[in-house]
Amino acid sequence: MVLGIPPGLFLIVGALLVPLFNGRLRQVYMLCLPLSGLWCLIDGPSGNFYAFTFFTYEIIPVRIDRLSLIFGYIFHIAATISVIYAWHNKNTVEQMAGLAYAGSGIAALFAGDLITLFVYWEGMAVTSVFLIWARRTESAYRAGMRYLIIQVGSGVLLLSGAILMAQQTGSIAFDKMTLGSLATWLILISFGIKCAFPFLHNWLQDAYPEATVTGTVFLSAFTTKCAVYALARGFPGTELLIYVGAIMTVFPIFFAVIENDLRKVLSYSLNNQLGFMVCGIGIGTTLALNGAVAHAFVHIIYKALLFMSMGAVLYRVGTIKASELGGLYKSMPFTAVFCIIGAASISAFPLFSGFIAKSLTLTAVAQGHYTIIWLMLIFASAGVMEHSGIKIPFLSFFGHDSGKRCKEAPLNMLIAMGIAATLCIALGVYSPWLYSLLPYPVEYVPYTTSHVVGQLQLLMFAALAFAVLVRYKIYPQELRAVNIDFDITYRKWLPALYKWMINATRDGWQSILQDLNRGVHRVIAYMFRHHGPEGILARTWPTGSMALWVAVLLATFLLIYYV
Amino acid sequence: MTDQSPLPENPGAGERKYWLDSRANVDKIYWGLVVICAALFLGDALYQKHPEFSFEKTFGFYALFGFGAFVFIVFVAKGLRKILKRGEEFYADPEDGS
Repeated sequence: MVLGIPPGLFLIVGALLVPLFNGRLRQVYMLCLPLSGLWCLIDGPSGNFYAFTFFTYEIIPVRIDRLSLIFGYIFHIAATISVIYAWHNKNTVEQMAGLAYAGSGIAALFAGDLITLFVYWEGMAVTSVFLIWARRTESAYRAGMRYLIIQVGSGVLLLSGAILMAQQTGSIAFDKMTLGSLATWLILISFGIKCAFPFLHNWLQDAYPEATVTGTVFLSAFTTKCAVYALARGFPGTELLIYVGAIMTVFPIFFAVIENDLRKVLSYSLNNQLGFMVCGIGIGTTLALNGAVAHAFVHIIYKALLFMSMGAVLYRVGTIKASELGGLYKSMPFTAVFCIIGAASISAFPLFSGFIAKSLTLTAVAQGHYTIIWLMLIFASAGVMEHSGIKIPFLSFFGHDSGKRCKEAPLNMLIAMGIAATLCIALGVYSPWLYSLLPYPVEYVPYTTSHVVGQLQLLMFAALAFAVLVRYKIYPQELRAVNIDFDITYRKWLPALYKWMINATRDGWQSILQDLNRGVHRVIAYMFRHHGPEGILARTWPTGSMALWVAVLLATFLLIYYV
Repeated sequence: MTDQSPLPENPGAGERKYWLDSRANVDKIYWGLVVICAALFLGDALYQKHPEFSFEKTFGFYALFGFGAFVFIVFVAKGLRKILKRGEEFYADPEDGS
């Protein structure tokens, strides 16, 4: 920590000063922020910094160790690439939100206690939503609202868990936890929401495709990977995570195959990749944890690259629906090449970054003899080849020529994609570079004949299956449609239930009101009958009959008296 | 938000012909892929495997698994589409408050 500046603070404070700069100066300033943050972090000492006691609790704003450090590096790299990609964007709010969001994400990594973590956890939620709202469409506004509610909800769960933990143990330190008490469950669910666990995942596919072209690139890097870090820190070796992770790798694949919005396909793909990391954390051996962290590291780069290439298509063509795209390699050849590099990396082709990272997790799962889980992950690897390796580049840049012709992506976008693509290849070719940064020592050789041939067979035969299915017109056509997912519960069913209940109570209330009304009417009618103009009690009686009735009464009285 | 190209949308007329525009060249890629896959499949005979699981020793295990998994995924997804597909305006109705 050079200069003693807490990591992340550079970007958060720096974001506030963005409006003071204009034009080219602002662009250079924005680029300097993540770069200087990275420079401050490199080769800094490990340990706790700025710790103080608040009531009886120890707050540790900065804790640096190998686990937080590697995430810190990649978050800064992602922020740098995202800033270059958004170089042309003049929207001040988006610029500030992007930087503050990245800063909150970085600061959260170095939080040594749960309260500090909570502060930055919510900081990420509040800043990132502006990247969605900046799209300025009605659907983006609504998606952003849903996103904000879910993200802030995750923070509330984290705070509740932290308070319970403080009450039970007297400590709010953010260290390894054992699942059991309500406090730890609340914290796990809080992490699980941001990590898009099954049934808690839909905010991801809902919000990311709605964000701006440049906003999605920022979003893809920080929130979910911060959750992966939090799980690796708090719940390594929690067996439940193995199964949760394995399910996460498999189920999004099917949704990705039939999805038409290519940025949504990438969001499902992101969900599937998180599954590999969660599974590795669940295994919890040093090899598996290294695998999860390495996967997060390379994933941030290739996922950003894929989102950047699709963002460039959206920017130039105006749509990202597969049914309206195709043949764009003619107009955007560089973007197409970068997209293919990202696709090869995520598919884990040998010599690309995904290969050296995913191998660690798969080997750890195999060594733990989790046969079914291992088969699920291999199956999911073929699925990744399907939706991210083939579908994304094929349907946008090749396939049926849509006839759309446009300019190549702007230079700054190409530079950002070029940097990411170079990193994808460099990390894949020279594995010791990444392995030396991992939290635990690595004794693993990814490039063995058996491993390389096996992986190539898996991927090339998946590609062959695709070619055969397309050739014989069995592969499903892209349709202009949306597919329902679990979010239908809170976007359709719960509102419908709410409406039904309102209607039901309204009907009930109305019948009560009607009954009351009728009762009052009846009372009034009764009164009217007796006291109204024609009422027997309101009639003006003649004096004669009055005297007669008095005489009758007196006579009766006399009779009774004498009897 | 986006910066769409002002260029006309008329492929064909007077446009440069690309290598992939020819059906014959697409066929070349297809058969090239078949040849590569065949070579990879047979390549299993040429080296010593170090499997973690016994079923990995099956000749061409990864090849068969990759092909099978891909076809399975596509068919299941096609079936799922019948259940999950809705119109593009499904969530767009402002009355729903979604």
